[in-house]
Amino acid sequence: MSGGRPRRLWPARLAPWVLPAVALALWAGSAASGSWDYGRRVGANLGEFAIEMASFLPAMFLLVGLFDVWVPRATIERHLGRGSGVAGVFWVVLLATLQAGPLYAAFPVAVALWRKGCTPANVFIYLGAFSALKVPMLTFEVGFLGWRFSLARTALSLPVFVVLGYLLERLLPAGLELPGAGGATRG
Amino acid sequence: MIVLLAVTAAALAASLLADRRKTLAGVRKGLAMFLSVLPALAGVLAGVSLLLAAVTPAMFRDVLGGSGPIPFVVALLVGSVALMPGFIAYPLAAVLRANGASDPVLAAFLTTLMMVGVATLPVEARFLGWRIALWRNTLAFVGAVAVAIGMAAVLG
Repeated sequence: MSGGRPRRLWPARLAPWVLPAVALALWAGSAASGSWDYGRRVGANLGEFAIEMASFLPAMFLLVGLFDVWVPRATIERHLGRGSGVAGVFWVVLLATLQAGPLYAAFPVAVALWRKGCTPANVFIYLGAFSALKVPMLTFEVGFLGWRFSLARTALSLPVFVVLGYLLERLLPAGLELPGAGGATRG
Repeated sequence: MIVLLAVTAAALAASLLADRRKTLAGVRKGLAMFLSVLPALAGVLAGVSLLLAAVTPAMFRDVLGGSGPIPFVVALLVGSVALMPGFIAYPLAAVLRANGASDPVLAAFLTTLMMVGVATLPVEARFLGWRIALWRNTLAFVGAVAVAIGMAAVLG
C-alpha cells in the first residue's frame, strides 16, 4: 500500500459489505422462521466459503509476506526469470501442484513471483497449474471420477495452459506493472 | 490444508529464529495484503452464495444430463461463473455423471470452474489489474473448451 493513498469516503468503504450483510440477513431470517429454504442455502454456501477462505488465506498471505522479505530477487530471476526456459516452467508447475486451496489464494503468490522477477508467462503457468493440477485435488478427482478421467484431463490441461501462459505474455505490453493489492515490495 | 498450516508454522518459526525484525516486516506485509482484498473477497463470496442458492442440484442435473451441444455450453458457462470448493465440485460431478452427463461435459464444467473465475474477477483485478484479469480469464475459457474437446476425442 502506498502511504499517500487518500482515504475513501465511507459509502465506498462500506459498499463491498452490502452483499455479505444481505446474505447474513437472509440466513438469519430463515433461521428465525425455521422453514425458508433459500435463506438456509445462502447461509450454508456462505459458511462453506468462509471456512474455505479462513483455512487457506491467512497462511497463504503470511507465507507470501515471508517470501517477500527473505527470498532475494536474484534467486527468482535466475530460476524463473528470462532464460529460465523449461526448468522455470517445471519449477512453477511443481510449486503449484503441491499447493491446495481456491484459485484466489494463488493471486498473492502470483503477484509476489511477478515482482521478484519471474516472467509473466511463468506466473500465468503457475496460475494454470494451481487451478488444474493440484495434487490434493487430483486425489479427490480420482476418487470421484476415476483415474482415466483424471489422467486424460491432466494430460490435456498441462500443455494447454503452458501455451496459454506464453500467449498471454505476448498479448501484454512489456514492463506492465501490477496494482498488486498493497504489500509486496520490489526489492 | 494441514500441510499448508504446518509449512506456514515452520516457516514462521524458522524466520523468527533467524531474524525477528525481518519476520515482523514480512508478517505485516502479508497482513496488509490480506486486509486490502478482504472486503472485495467477502462481497464476491456473498454474491456467489446468493446466486448458487437459487440454483438447485436438480436443475443442474436435468440440463447437463441431456445430449447434444446444449449441456456442453451450459457446463462451460456455469463453470465459468460459479465458484465452488473442490470437495463440493467433485462429488457433484460424480452425481451429474450418474445422471447421464458425459465426461467431456464434466471436463468442461470442472475446467472452467477451476480456471475461469468471472465471479472472482474483482478480486483478481485487485491483484493483477483488470487488463490481465480479463485476458487471463478469456484465454482460460478458450483453454477449457480445448480441454473439453480433447476429452471428447480421447474418451469418446
